[in-house]
Amino acid sequence: MSLDIILILLIDGLSTGAIYLLAGLGFVLVFSVTRVIFIPSGDIAAFAALTLAAFQSRTVPGSIWLVAAMAALACLAECMTHLRNGTARRLPHAIFFYAVLPLIPCIVGLMIAKQDVPEALRIVTTMALILPMGVLIDRLTLRPLATSSTLILFIVAIAVHFLIAGIGLIVFGPEGVRTNPILDGVTTLPGGVVVPAQQILMMIVALLLSFVFYLFFGRSITGKALRATASNRVGARLMGIRPERAAATAYLIASGLAAIVGILIAPVTTMYYDSGFMIGLKASVGAIIGGMASYPITAIGSVFIGILESWASFLASDYKEIIIFSVVIPVLIWRSFAVHRDGDEEIEELA
Amino acid sequence: MNDALLSLEAIHVAYGKVEAVRGVNLALGEGQITTVIGANGAGKTTLLSAAAGLLPWSGRARYQGEDLSRMTVEDRVERGFCLVPEQRALFGDMPVLDNLLLGAFVRRRDKAYVKNSLESVFEQFPRLAERQAQLAQTLSGGERQMLAIGRALMSQPRLLLLDEPSLGLAPTIVRDVLKRVRGLRDQGVSILLVEQNARAALDVADYAYVMDTGEFVLEGKAADMASDPRVMATYLGGGVE
Repeated sequence: MSLDIILILLIDGLSTGAIYLLAGLGFVLVFSVTRVIFIPSGDIAAFAALTLAAFQSRTVPGSIWLVAAMAALACLAECMTHLRNGTARRLPHAIFFYAVLPLIPCIVGLMIAKQDVPEALRIVTTMALILPMGVLIDRLTLRPLATSSTLILFIVAIAVHFLIAGIGLIVFGPEGVRTNPILDGVTTLPGGVVVPAQQILMMIVALLLSFVFYLFFGRSITGKALRATASNRVGARLMGIRPERAAATAYLIASGLAAIVGILIAPVTTMYYDSGFMIGLKASVGAIIGGMASYPITAIGSVFIGILESWASFLASDYKEIIIFSVVIPVLIWRSFAVHRDGDEEIEELA
Repeated sequence: MNDALLSLEAIHVAYGKVEAVRGVNLALGEGQITTVIGANGAGKTTLLSAAAGLLPWSGRARYQGEDLSRMTVEDRVERGFCLVPEQRALFGDMPVLDNLLLGAFVRRRDKAYVKNSLESVFEQFPRLAERQAQLAQTLSGGERQMLAIGRALMSQPRLLLLDEPSLGLAPTIVRDVLKRVRGLRDQGVSILLVEQNARAALDVADYAYVMDTGEFVLEGKAADMASDPRVMATYLGGGVE
């Protein structure tokens, strides 16, 4: 094997790993705050890709109607809860967050869908449209079960994935799409290896967002409140940190990450309404390596899975999936030993 | 008592079919230390958790004249009603400083307020200032208790519920912690103190209730209770047998 091939596989693996890293951070965030393994985040990524593709082909993306319908139902659910609990004074707040905010990008989307607008506006609108999806899915399906066991939450998350993917088929249709590359062209590395600019973009975005993540959780009080909820839920409530708001923030960030994942991979991978599941599943392997608790280990695990995938595709492409998912078993065995040795509470729930 | 800061009337708390608290009435005066003493399993912690909104309860409860039945834990915290639970509920994998900053979460937007609060907590608990960069889970038992109380003080509460602050602490540290509790009362914080260590609690409290198997069996001024033969016999180790 020549050095060129090693380099190409490495770069390919790093860019794939960058995608898994972004999705993996979302998994860890949502799990640590809510105990939900948020399988539908893969679907959200696919919907972002399909939405951007629709804008690029000057059609109205089905996600607009989906988000509008979910916002209406979530707003209704929230208002009914407030009326039942005698907290009617919070109704304006509920209507603003669950109806007005999600509807703004829907309206903007309708206005720009058939127009010749700059690519950046399409990307921003796609992001804004996809951003509320996690929060709305949570409000409609998971929050009523928030105090249930991890197992029940997991089963519901899987059910929600199939529900969302089914709706995806109705609103987007069965055709696969590719979007225009955000960055065109190639870069030639010293040694003559040619790398598409889009792959470099993936790595840069992952690095930048990891740094933003680090700052957010290390410096901002909102980030610390999310960590506190993950660390001790009762303790966080006694500080006035509302678990449902912490959860909404976690879902918002996870949806944002999923949207970025979808927008970044759509130019290099053909995306279908159900493509998100496999991306989410592979990213979850990285999060499992991180014990669903550690961001840095998840980052390393995700990059490892990316590199493993590119090597597996090259050396034994038929066995690619088998190789990647086989990693889960030794990792969990190792994790269970680590738990017994250190009594590490963080990963106890998973191992 | 209509002028009470916190009033509980006919409070019942049940775990399934088991009633852990049965028809309790309590009135807590502003600027006072009120204590609930009783043996392990009497229902003291259950009562406190229910009052703080962590457990469902029935009956009538008012805080600052407002009905508590429709208030969440977080609503109470926003109104200066803070619980320091028995397990301390610290954020073990976060530094002492972050634990304290989160204590002021409900007033996070007022930066000057948070800074003043932090300075005042560090003044009262200099040990916390020394250990501010250390993870909470690496603190000693006494330091954890100080952090739990310090964290609650960050929001400058009006009413502080303390659940067994002496639990697991050496006698000298218990005295220190209770001295600080009295100091808080002198600063105007009203305190509801639940303790198994009856002697220590009666020493600092103004008013006391004795709880036994889910009910209040005695109440009165703490000083009188400390010399009440029934209390002495059962809770202060001065038994006649």
